Amino acid sequence: MPAVSKGDGMRGLAVFISDIRNCKSKEAEIKRINKELANIRSKFKGDKALDGYSKKKYVCKLLFIFLLGHDIDFGHMEAVNLLSSNKYTEKQIGYLFISVLVNSNSELIRLINNAIKNDLSSRNPTFMCLALHCIANVGSREMAEAFASEIPRILVAGDTMDSVKQSAALCLLRLYKTSPDLVLMGEWTSRVVHLLNDQHMGVVTAAISLITCLSQKNPDEFKTCVSLAVSRLSRIVSSASTDLQDYTYYFVPAPWLSCKLLRLLQCYPPPEDGAVKGRLVECLETILNKAQEPPKSKKVQHSNAKNAILFEAISLIIHYDSEPNLLVRACNQLGQFLQHRETNLRYLALESMCTLASSEFSHEAVKTHIETVINALKTERDVSVRQRAADLLYAMCDRSNAKQIVAEMLSYLETADYSIREEMVLKVAILAEKYAIDYSWYVDTILNLIRIAGDYVSEEVWYRVIQIVINRDDVQGYAAKTVFEALQAPACHENMVKVGGYILGEFGNLIAGDPRSSPLVQFNLLHSKFHLCSVPTRALLLSAYIKFINLFPETKATIQEVLRCDSQIRNSDVELQQRAVEYLKLSSIASTDVLATVLEEMPPFPERESSILAKLKKKKGPGAVSVTELEDSKREGGELNGGGDRGPDTAAMAASNTSTPSPSADLLGIRSAAPVGAAPSSAGSLLVDVFSEAGPTAPSAAVNDDGFLSSAPPSEDPAPPLSEADELLNKFVCKNNGVLFENQLLQIGIKSEYRQNLGRMYLFYGNKTSVQFASFTTTVSCPGELQSQLNVQTKPVEPLVEGGAQIQQVLNIECLSDFSEAPLLNIKFRYGGALQNLTLKLPVTINKFFQPTEMSSHDFFQRWKQLSQPQQEAQKIFKANHSMDTEVLKAKLLGLGTALLDNVDPNPENYVCAGVIQTKSQQVGCLLRLEPNAQAQMYRLTLRCSKDSVSRRLCELLAQQF
Amino acid sequence: MIGGLFIYNHKGEVLISRVYRDDIGRNAVDAFRVNVIHARQQVRSPVTNIARTSFFHVKRSNIWLAAVTKQNVNAAMVFEFLYKMCDVMTAYFGKISEENIKNNFVLIYELLDEILDFGYPQNSETGALKTFITQQGIKGQVKTKEEQSQITSQVTGQIGWRREGIKYRRNELFLDVLESVNLLMSPQGQVLSAHVSGRVVMKSYLSGMPECKFGMNDKIVIDKQGKGGASDDPGKSDLGGGSGKQSIAIDDCTFHQCVRLSKFDSERSISFIPPDGEYELMRYRTTKDIILPFRVIPLVREVGRTKLEVKVVIKSNFKPSLLAQKIEVRIPTPLNTSGVQVICMKGKAKYKASENAIVWKIKRMAGMKESQISAEIELLPTNDKKKWARPPISMNFEVPFAPSGLKVRYLKVFESKLNYSDHDVIKWVRYIGRSGIYETRC
Repeated sequence: MPAVSKGDGMRGLAVFISDIRNCKSKEAEIKRINKELANIRSKFKGDKALDGYSKKKYVCKLLFIFLLGHDIDFGHMEAVNLLSSNKYTEKQIGYLFISVLVNSNSELIRLINNAIKNDLSSRNPTFMCLALHCIANVGSREMAEAFASEIPRILVAGDTMDSVKQSAALCLLRLYKTSPDLVLMGEWTSRVVHLLNDQHMGVVTAAISLITCLSQKNPDEFKTCVSLAVSRLSRIVSSASTDLQDYTYYFVPAPWLSCKLLRLLQCYPPPEDGAVKGRLVECLETILNKAQEPPKSKKVQHSNAKNAILFEAISLIIHYDSEPNLLVRACNQLGQFLQHRETNLRYLALESMCTLASSEFSHEAVKTHIETVINALKTERDVSVRQRAADLLYAMCDRSNAKQIVAEMLSYLETADYSIREEMVLKVAILAEKYAIDYSWYVDTILNLIRIAGDYVSEEVWYRVIQIVINRDDVQGYAAKTVFEALQAPACHENMVKVGGYILGEFGNLIAGDPRSSPLVQFNLLHSKFHLCSVPTRALLLSAYIKFINLFPETKATIQEVLRCDSQIRNSDVELQQRAVEYLKLSSIASTDVLATVLEEMPPFPERESSILAKLKKKKGPGAVSVTELEDSKREGGELNGGGDRGPDTAAMAASNTSTPSPSADLLGIRSAAPVGAAPSSAGSLLVDVFSEAGPTAPSAAVNDDGFLSSAPPSEDPAPPLSEADELLNKFVCKNNGVLFENQLLQIGIKSEYRQNLGRMYLFYGNKTSVQFASFTTTVSCPGELQSQLNVQTKPVEPLVEGGAQIQQVLNIECLSDFSEAPLLNIKFRYGGALQNLTLKLPVTINKFFQPTEMSSHDFFQRWKQLSQPQQEAQKIFKANHSMDTEVLKAKLLGLGTALLDNVDPNPENYVCAGVIQTKSQQVGCLLRLEPNAQAQMYRLTLRCSKDSVSRRLCELLAQQF
Repeated sequence: MIGGLFIYNHKGEVLISRVYRDDIGRNAVDAFRVNVIHARQQVRSPVTNIARTSFFHVKRSNIWLAAVTKQNVNAAMVFEFLYKMCDVMTAYFGKISEENIKNNFVLIYELLDEILDFGYPQNSETGALKTFITQQGIKGQVKTKEEQSQITSQVTGQIGWRREGIKYRRNELFLDVLESVNLLMSPQGQVLSAHVSGRVVMKSYLSGMPECKFGMNDKIVIDKQGKGGASDDPGKSDLGGGSGKQSIAIDDCTFHQCVRLSKFDSERSISFIPPDGEYELMRYRTTKDIILPFRVIPLVREVGRTKLEVKVVIKSNFKPSLLAQKIEVRIPTPLNTSGVQVICMKGKAKYKASENAIVWKIKRMAGMKESQISAEIELLPTNDKKKWARPPISMNFEVPFAPSGLKVRYLKVFESKLNYSDHDVIKWVRYIGRSGIYETRC
């Protein structure tokens, strides 16, 4: 449009946009856009040369169309052309188009990078800024690769304009965030840090963002920034409000810069240099002082800026946690905000106070505000502030104010917001447990909790009550009485029924003396709730009933009657039916002695970390639960329910990482193991860490208890293989590393790796004694026909093994053809003059030479059918020896060396594997199918291999594994 | 049942809102606007379900009509109602536009009260409605008691669509067979799918309560007659001027409520007492033996990456004595077209950028002729690897015959009370075939 003066905008663009705005319908808009696109295409059609102005106009239109949500697949070239223009507006539109529409098209990227490079090396600051903005906006890896080395140079060069430096700093920050590996500061580090001394406040503000980000990654390299930041901060803080001119915001000098400086300092521990530290403390004091001064302006911006600095300073003080008087002052300052008009300030004050409460210096100071906080909890209108108040109460709680705080939180719970109720319940439960001096108070509190917010009481909470009641003798009678009373309420929560059922079942006898709570009354009370409860609760109640039979023989007839009725003994729920039947039989057949033994009182629970705390940890407790606190409470929790009976047994228990057995585990422990079931204690051997990768699940080596000194005949001939050698072998079918053998003298570890038909095995012989072994020899032999099937080569080991030392031996194994026996390892040595002779089977089994094969369902069944001759198939049905956990099974099957195929078997419960056994002479394809039956605890294992002997051997091997 | 009915303008502002049931709230109005009218993607389904509420909409120019319900209604019924309502509104105030709706909102509410009761459609016959809903305000409307009772008895009576005592000096009858033919053809000329949907529209100006009988060359009827020996009345069968094939197979048909369905079911004869004025007697659909009026032969050649040559030949395939009208061929162009040159023998052709198509228009064309257009399309090379999908070439036209082959065999009028016979009635028959979606792939 030649008529338009080229200075004042683009009229064509304005007309086009107003056309679009005036379209009455989507269709009309699309028509208009299509027309415009056709027009632009005809203009861009190569043969005509366009002037910069029209190019800019059309690129702008394309951009607008793209932003309306239409695809643009041309015009990139024209936009790139604009980059080389000398006019600012044209260059700007070009860069805009590139940043919005760039795609990693190779040739274009090269052109764009070229243009950017030209602009970066030009002397024109506006062009340099445009290029830097484009790099930052795109921020792609290619850009980073091309310019990561260039930008730091621009940033620190002496002759760069300030505005360019700002852009360069922010651009570098962006590149660092997207691809930190490409931005290598190295030589520039010190010069970048010195930007903090720059004259221009804008440059400092931009640089500090970069430095903060960089120093979070490598704090050591940027250590020097601390002193510079402190001096800069002190200059700002001490300056009068008019000194900084442009950077004074509503009478506050450089608030953004101050906040950023304070935040940077939070990346580092308190400065060691006394002078620097003194200066910093002075700054912080000044900030606190200034906050006290009357406001210079009534404008909200003024107070916002001031408070921003104050809060940042307080979080720095909390971060240092070493200046008691600053902490106390900060706390008092925050105290003033607790009653401030501004909701945001109240929120921030409460939040900061939460962290202050965890510091030992300011804990007492925080506690002085308890009344205000409780008031906030009660009267605050904003729910998020109320939640912070609840967090703070939790954080400031200790023995002295626990009762008050718990009572307040309980009363708040009745009106609390639904979203935070569960968290509140957990907190109340934890506080009540942590600071309980008087256990009747604890029981009261928790029962109250269940009464008020039963729906939000998670299982962990009531499990915990029961654990504690069972572990503490002194509270049992009281608990039974309270529960009994609570159950008398006409409507009580199901969780209450659960607790009631459990406790009365255990300790109902303690209150049976009172005629008001005679056994029959107790039973009737429980049974009146029975029909309103869900199945798990009913199951628990049935268990309580059988316990009643034991506790009170006089209720036997009544309870048997209940169990016998159709709704129990023919219940549609299997679990309930089974319990009813079994309990009925038990009560009618067993003598009282047997009953008393079977239904004995529950033993105390082992002490361990409170399950509630674990739960709260899982929920995000925003700032409320610090790690130290958790550990604290763990310790206290330990005191609480561990009591005096913390024996070595419990310690081992705590060490073993068994998950908390669910206390819903019925009273009899019918389904799951009893809570005190012994976990395998891992032998703390000095050598065992070599095999750490075997993981905790690997069963530790069986300890030959009786010591083999007596069992092994002292002869020069190789001893016959140990009786448990086969058992040892089975352990290694599905894994390659671990402890093969261990007795009081010697530990043998194995590490092995296999590829195709070759394998390498490392044997580690560890001397567990302090005396050296003399004439230590090992021989590997392949008995019988194994000689032709397997080729094992070793080097002799050194004859002396020092006490506590370990020697290594390497075995090279080659599989010639399939085999079924295992090679033998004979070890001879002299220990204190006595000859030791030991023979083991080496865990080399045919499955080690498996190569996994992936195949589709179709292929699998096709091959399965091909291997249909009866001798090719081996099948075994056997009982499960280990747990039938899916993950464990999968791990074992993978350890076998085959490929575990998903979505092959129509029944997802079944496992299907395929693999090829590689031997030197031939390859044997194997297909495996394992069908677990969880109810019967049985497996059916079917193997089909192209060679029949392999099928049989594998079947034998595998049947031991599951 | 319909819970409410809303009419929106193109901006999504509500012009008419009539709620029939309590389960539809004001928020339903907004839900439709947000999710359909202002949706980011164009909503193509006429039925939208938002928060367990179903919205059925039709669009007339820039006006949206939406029926809303929370129940599981018969969707076909709702749409039939919406179309009927459009017809009624058109009959009352002409074109449905924002301005007309705003000017007639009182009338529309009055109509809505009458044609929907508690969400159940009632009498929507324009003729009947016009007797008691008039546009002349209350002053001009001085109706005698007799007239009022007559209206009542008519509306509630057995023949709700016709009142008694109509008298014309000249008994006249117009019959239009309107068909639209749909086609999808492969580039090689193989028919991929084709069907005709037709309507028989009548305009009757007959006195009294005449009984009419309509006959056409329905295959079942013809075969039955053929089996029964000589046809009962061969002299009457030349009303449509039969030629070509004798009978057509009708896939399915629907009738105006005046047609006696029991008689159609048992004897397959169409007999009825017609409403006064214009109405649609029946609708039907055929898929077999369709006469395709035009054949399109496309030829597309890509010359390098920047050029495309298109040649399209159309051949008319009907009697040379007939003339097709309003012929329009639409040839889609690729999305990166940067320039088009067109040469055509006949008519006018133009590249319409806003529609990404070349539009070729011919006013008139006789049967058994052919014409061609060739175009050179220049393309802008793009870095996009997407290939052009080559949408089909579509065509519009109007021909003076029925592409399904339907012929009207007779239309007999009997009026026993008044003294006029079938021969005194002047009958006019007209056939119009139009293109529906008539596409040829290229």
